[in-house]
Formats: sequence, C-alpha cells, structure tokens
Amino acid sequence: MSDLRQRCSQEIQEILDKYPPDQRRSAVMPLLLLAQREVGHISPEALQEIAEITGVSSTEVGSVSGFYTLFHFEAGGRYRIQVCTDLPCALRGADAFLEQLGEKLDIHPGQTTADGVITLEEVKCLAACHRAPMFQVQGDGKITYHENQTVESAMELVEKLRGHVQENQQSRVEGQR
Amino acid sequence: MSEYLLLRHRGIPNLDKLAIYRDSGGFSAYRKAVTQMQPAEVINEVKISGLRGRGGAGFPTGVKWGFLPNHLWPHYVVANADESEPGTFKDREILENNPFQFLEGLMIACYAVQARYGFVYLRGEFWQTAQELDRHISMLENAGLLGDEIFGTQYSLRLHTHLGAGAYICGEETALLDSIEGRLGQPRLRPPFPAVVGLYGKPTVINNVETLCNVPLIIERGAAWYRTIGTENSAGVKIFSLSGCVNQPGNYELPLGTPFRKLIFELGGGIPEGRRIKAIMTAGASSSLIKADEKALDTPMDYESVQQQLGAPLGSASVIILDDSINMAWLVNKTAHFFAHESCGKCTPCREGTYWMARLTDRILARKARKTDVDMLGSVARQMQNKCLCALGEFSTMAVISALQWFGEDFEELTA
Repeated sequence: MSDLRQRCSQEIQEILDKYPPDQRRSAVMPLLLLAQREVGHISPEALQEIAEITGVSSTEVGSVSGFYTLFHFEAGGRYRIQVCTDLPCALRGADAFLEQLGEKLDIHPGQTTADGVITLEEVKCLAACHRAPMFQVQGDGKITYHENQTVESAMELVEKLRGHVQENQQSRVEGQR
Repeated sequence: MSEYLLLRHRGIPNLDKLAIYRDSGGFSAYRKAVTQMQPAEVINEVKISGLRGRGGAGFPTGVKWGFLPNHLWPHYVVANADESEPGTFKDREILENNPFQFLEGLMIACYAVQARYGFVYLRGEFWQTAQELDRHISMLENAGLLGDEIFGTQYSLRLHTHLGAGAYICGEETALLDSIEGRLGQPRLRPPFPAVVGLYGKPTVINNVETLCNVPLIIERGAAWYRTIGTENSAGVKIFSLSGCVNQPGNYELPLGTPFRKLIFELGGGIPEGRRIKAIMTAGASSSLIKADEKALDTPMDYESVQQQLGAPLGSASVIILDDSINMAWLVNKTAHFFAHESCGKCTPCREGTYWMARLTDRILARKARKTDVDMLGSVARQMQNKCLCALGEFSTMAVISALQWFGEDFEELTA
C-alpha cells in the first residue's frame, strides 16, 4: 500500500497550513486522525511517516498517540460502537443497555463480533447525557452520534452496518472479476 | 423567559444558515466592534457587563482579556469546545444549532485582543460538528467577514478548528494548549498564566463556547442592558444542563439567580415515578453532592449563592439530579472510575489517588469492604486536596468527601 504522503498529499498540506510555519508539531494529532481514517487504526509505518512530516521523533508521536483514547493501534471491528456509561447515562439505564446489547451481539465490551463488523466498547462521557442510552459509532474515518437508543434500535443499526459491509465486499469481488 | 439569548435557534428556525443569522441581526455587533470601537473599548464593555466564564471557573471575561500584555505579540484566542464533563451538553447544542453566534463572539474576542489567528479546540468526538464548523468558517471567509482588511479596515483574522482525540483533561486550558501544540494533553505548571505565556509561548485568551456566545449581545445591546439580567455579581443568562433522575432532562437557558426548584420541578417536570429528590450535583461529576432539602431547592443558582449557602461551586451548571433510589457509594464509584480513567498521570496525588479511590469504591460496592476501607477512602480523598497540579484531581475528591459527609449511611449499608 502506498504511503500517507502519496495518498493524501493535498490534505497533509492543508493541515500544515493551519498552523504557523515553525509549529509543524501541531499537525501531529490531525495527521494521526488522517492516518487512522485511511485504515481504521494507526500502523507503526504511519507513526514514522508523521514523525518525518512534522519533524518530531517517532517515539514522541507514539507517546502522543497513546495518550488519546480515540486512536487505535490494532485492527478492531470495521465499526466501533462506543457506549457511554458515565453517571448521567447510567442514571438513564446505560449499564443495562450495554449489557443487553453485548448479549445480542454475543460479545463482551472490548470484543469484536465473529464477522468482524462490530467492536463493542464502553467509553466515558460523550456530552449527550439527556439523551441516554446513547453511543457513538467510530468507523470509515467518521464519528456519528446515536441518541435515545434502545437495544432494538441499536440492533437495527448493526444490521444496517453489516449490510453495508456486505455490499462493499460484493462490489469489490465484482470489481476484481 | 420571553426571549432566548444564547439558544436563539429555538425561536428562530435555521439559524445555522448564514443568511438567516445575518437577517436576524447577526454580525452587526462584530461590524460595530471592528469599525466603531477601539479594542480597549470592547474589553471595557465586556468588563462592565459582568460576564463571567461559563466553563466552570466563573472568572470575569473582560478582566481575563485585559491581562494580555501589549508588548508581546502575536496574541491568540482559543475557544474551548472540549465539553467532556459528565452532565454537560450545552456547548454542543450551541455549536450544532447556533454556530454563528458563537463564531461572532469568538471573532469579537479576537478583535478585542488584536489576535489575527483564533482556534476552536473541539473534542475529537465532535468530529461531525467540526466538519460543519469548518464549512461555516469558509462561508465567513467568502463573505469577507474573515480574511484580510475586514470591513475595509486594517484588521485581518483567520479561524481554524483543531480536533482533540478523547481526553477529558484537554478541557483544562493549559492541557488544551499543549494538545494544540501536538503534545500530550497535560496541564502546565502556573504561573506563567496563558494570558502571558500561552499558545506557542504567546499571550493567549481561552474562553468557553457559551461565554463567547454572550459577547455579541453585550456589544450590540450594551453592558448596562446585560447587567439587568441575573444578579449583581452573577450577571446574565446561563444554560443549565439538567440530567439524571428528572422527567424532562435537557438544556434550560435561565437568568443566573433562578432557584433550583424552578429548574428541577417547574421546567424539568420533577422526579420520575413518584420518587423523592435526594441530592443535586451542580458541576457534573466534579461536583460536591448537595443534600436536596428545602433550603437547597430555594437557593438561587448563581455563583455566590450556591457557594455561600450550600458550600459548593456552581461550576458549569451541569445539574445532575439524584433520587432516593440511588446509593451514593454507587455514585462515587462511577465518578471515581471516571477520574481514574481521565487522570493524565502527570502529578502523583491525582494519578495514584484516583486509582485508589476507584479500587476502594469497587471493594465497597462488592460488599467486601470493612469500615476501615470507608475511612481509608475519605483519607485518600482528603490527602489529595490542595496537592494536585490542576483542578481535575481536586474535583475528583468532591463527590467522595461530600458523599461520606452527608450520606454515610449509604456506605454503612454496604459494609455491614
């Protein structure tokens, strides 16, 4: 696979242009988000490349990336369903919601479904306390909020995401023919 | 409330469209500031208005702006849109529905301190909101409201968004600055304060989204008008994020000084399923627990009254309601785990203290604790106080200490 600079040179330049010319280090986090968007997690090669772009050592880029919870270093499910179970959400049934959703998906929080589509995760506050149970879906380089959820509405979404992955696979197979 | 001032989108549909925002008087305050007022006059007007920081600290906004030294340049303004406190969801509503009023406030703040670059730091989870905000910013560039020689003056201004990536601590202003600089989001030792040594080592103003949203109104209608709302020392309106055991959770925009009872029972519809209110938190997970007796319910929600009458800070006005079905040891276990997870690890009292508070409350909840463990929980919390590098560590002890003080029987129930 070609490297980040080849695939996203224009976006990298746009990111660098946001910050003063002598502050390229500020681009570390936006570049990590960009690298993750491409493959769903951050590879050691991407860390190295971001280090080269920003002039920061790859060790430091690694330490920054490890500090923040939205960065992932291992391939998980295609989509991460991240349920908030902090106090206000818990007062609206988020703990039970997470448990029941896990049962439906046949996984525990932190695990990925057998088809590789969904990783279920428990996360901290997402600023949607009045509309719990709620979760965000991280995947395809995007984050979307899903509020006022029930296990049924969440499973409907899961089926939609599964369908989406299947369609993609089919079109890829047809493309190869 | 006759008229929404901050949540104006609730009265004016499609206020997130630039044309509609401008038709409703949008950017006239910005034009007035840039074309008719000296920067010092803008700062002075905001000072006189009595506007205080809505992120939680309640520091006078105009005074903060006035701290920037005029012999060190460039100046920066950073909007704090890291909203991550459990119980707080007001900035998100503004950013999604009334973004231009926020941006106008930010732009006036930039003019007031003569900053030519402003940043909006959004938590990474607000990815979608940031995309929209980028679009709004480019619309303002196309409309000539951002860029060079704004309104034909010498003033030029550019705004950029910067996304975090999941770290509560980045709402702390110095950690936020480090995060923009591409470092771990860990608080800095102060002094020097950001007003002198801030972003890239330059003088910097950092304001919360809701705070900035007040600014266009103050410039347009005047500080004297603003002071007619709220109380003597807590002027203006505030968005109260109401959550927890209440029938109608949500954001409520009210004059500061409105009593708790009105928010919880009149607007929030009271407590579900006929249960009784037991406690109130006013600053999200960072709050002390306030015993919800008649006196508390009649207390006006402004910075002074809540502190003086109830011994707790109003903070960000993230009001979490707890009813009589809630065991406070369970609650403290929730908040302790939150802070243990979000502690940045830079200072020892917070890193170790939050970890041990989480462990001890786990043991209490599992009914494996003795009374000495409960005493140790209090001891750990008290030893952390006044010893942490930033407010996170301090805040993590608030619920613990007040729960032990007011609701000791909840712990006894689990250790007996």
